[in-house]
Amino acid sequence: MIWLHRYARLLVAATLLLVAAGGMVTSTNSGLSVPDWPTTYGYHMFSFPLSGMVGGIFYEHGHRLIASVVGMLTIGLVIFLWRAESRAWVRRLGWLALAAVIVQGTLGGLTVLFFLPDAISITHAGLAQIFFCLTISVALVTSTGWRRPAAPPVDDELLGRRAVALTVAVYCQILLGATMRHTGAGLAIPDFPLSYGRLIPPFWNPAIAIHFAHRLGALVVATLVLAVVWRILTQHRSRPELARPAWFLLAAVAGQITLGAFVVLTGKNEIVNTLHVAMGAIVLGTSLFLALRAFRVRLDQPSTAPLGSLSHAKPHRAHQA
Amino acid sequence: MVTSRLRSLFLLSAVVAFGCGSPPAEQPAPAPAGKSVDPSTAHAVSGRVIFKGKAPAREVIKMSSDPSCATGSGQKPLSDAVLVAADGALQNAFVYIKDGLDPAYTFAAPSAPVVLDQKGCFFVPRVMGLRVGQPLEMANTDPTFHNIHALPKQNREFNHGLAPGIPPMRHTFTTPEVMVRFKCDVHGWMAAHIGVMAHPFFAVTAADGTFSFSGVPPGTYTVDAWHEVFGTQTARVTVGAGESSPLSFSFGGT
Repeated sequence: MIWLHRYARLLVAATLLLVAAGGMVTSTNSGLSVPDWPTTYGYHMFSFPLSGMVGGIFYEHGHRLIASVVGMLTIGLVIFLWRAESRAWVRRLGWLALAAVIVQGTLGGLTVLFFLPDAISITHAGLAQIFFCLTISVALVTSTGWRRPAAPPVDDELLGRRAVALTVAVYCQILLGATMRHTGAGLAIPDFPLSYGRLIPPFWNPAIAIHFAHRLGALVVATLVLAVVWRILTQHRSRPELARPAWFLLAAVAGQITLGAFVVLTGKNEIVNTLHVAMGAIVLGTSLFLALRAFRVRLDQPSTAPLGSLSHAKPHRAHQA
Repeated sequence: MVTSRLRSLFLLSAVVAFGCGSPPAEQPAPAPAGKSVDPSTAHAVSGRVIFKGKAPAREVIKMSSDPSCATGSGQKPLSDAVLVAADGALQNAFVYIKDGLDPAYTFAAPSAPVVLDQKGCFFVPRVMGLRVGQPLEMANTDPTFHNIHALPKQNREFNHGLAPGIPPMRHTFTTPEVMVRFKCDVHGWMAAHIGVMAHPFFAVTAADGTFSFSGVPPGTYTVDAWHEVFGTQTARVTVGAGESSPLSFSFGGT
């Protein structure tokens, strides 16, 4: 089982790299530098010459190559789960991930063939995050810490609700960000932290509205992060499986807001822009991680023999604040 | 190559079949039949386009993302978006009759193609005109990969890959449109603009800012001069029987 978990972690890392590569494609406006799909300038994807990896092709074709690797790793995950995983719902997560990656690849091709229509491109960005969440879920629930917890799982409904609300809010925020990127609204408000010198923009158009909504979304996410982290640090400080990701989440969201500010202040620098996309995925993944941990008791009973002896352990209940 | 195209075609067909839709296939303009210009009364319209004031400095283009562009275009390649001579002559302005032409006139589209090349990692020429129904030949004479991506608003968008050494591709526009922007997504600095015209009365200014188009029938016309950075200037001109006065356009003015 340990190898299944390691394999799932590898897929998480590859998917994060893929998300970042996709961020580079949009940040450098390279999405249409390879006009054909699934071929690349008429070449089979894997036979395209390295010497041709220039300019925008480097990003777009590189994104396709990484996506192919992720697709193959996902097929491998399904096989691995089928052979080594006893829990049917976890095996189903693998199938779901495979379906998601197939649809995702098709969306990536369609957005090229139809010249990057906003609807397809935004859906492509949104599904990428769902796929990322699926890989994180599989990696978490196949871990030893999940299957054989060192202590009774935390049973804290309030924390669970807050973490779920945070995960949903981060996902909505990412969708808003994707809409902003793909509709060219990234610099619709050119200053930060103010908006045209004021707290509220003095005039409005759709681009300004989307951009400002993304800024408000950041406030909502930051508030929910504080609520989740506060709950963990006041009620479950001694539980490292919650406290460590909580501290990580706090740092990640602070970094993400800083990156967002620098996206505006640097006039959408490609690297900063891409880091902002990748960090968004990390914040989402960490939020989901905490939500799953908080709902551990309800989601999955600890394994019975031969995996552990904690099946009769009583959940650790938090004091209701 | 053929197999991969067939695969893409199959995919595209599948998408269309499931209702996503796609633009209709582009057909050449029908052969014209109508009033033609009497050469004995026609005259040329000519003039000059200048830029007044301090012209913006030409931007140095970073071509390091493609070594073959970097080596082929010298040490510090400069943008060709704004070309202003020392005396203010403005190159690459597109001048055309916008209004006033009797709609009864019809003009057969030339069968000879106009060529848009990708050379030295620039579009050559950067600004040009062609006629509805006239073939546009798109070439790549560079030793690197380019794509040619048209972003029209009235015509159909297209995006073709031009690998080094492959034969030029052709495209025909069906609807007049001033201007159609072209770009190469591989090399973000590459841009071109094409005026798609229903009539032959258009020209692009030369390095000395001059332009001329001939065979204009007598009448009073609205003439526009378009520049990709400076916008559009409009003038009126009257062409008498065998005569017209030169036009003058001025951008800038600071």
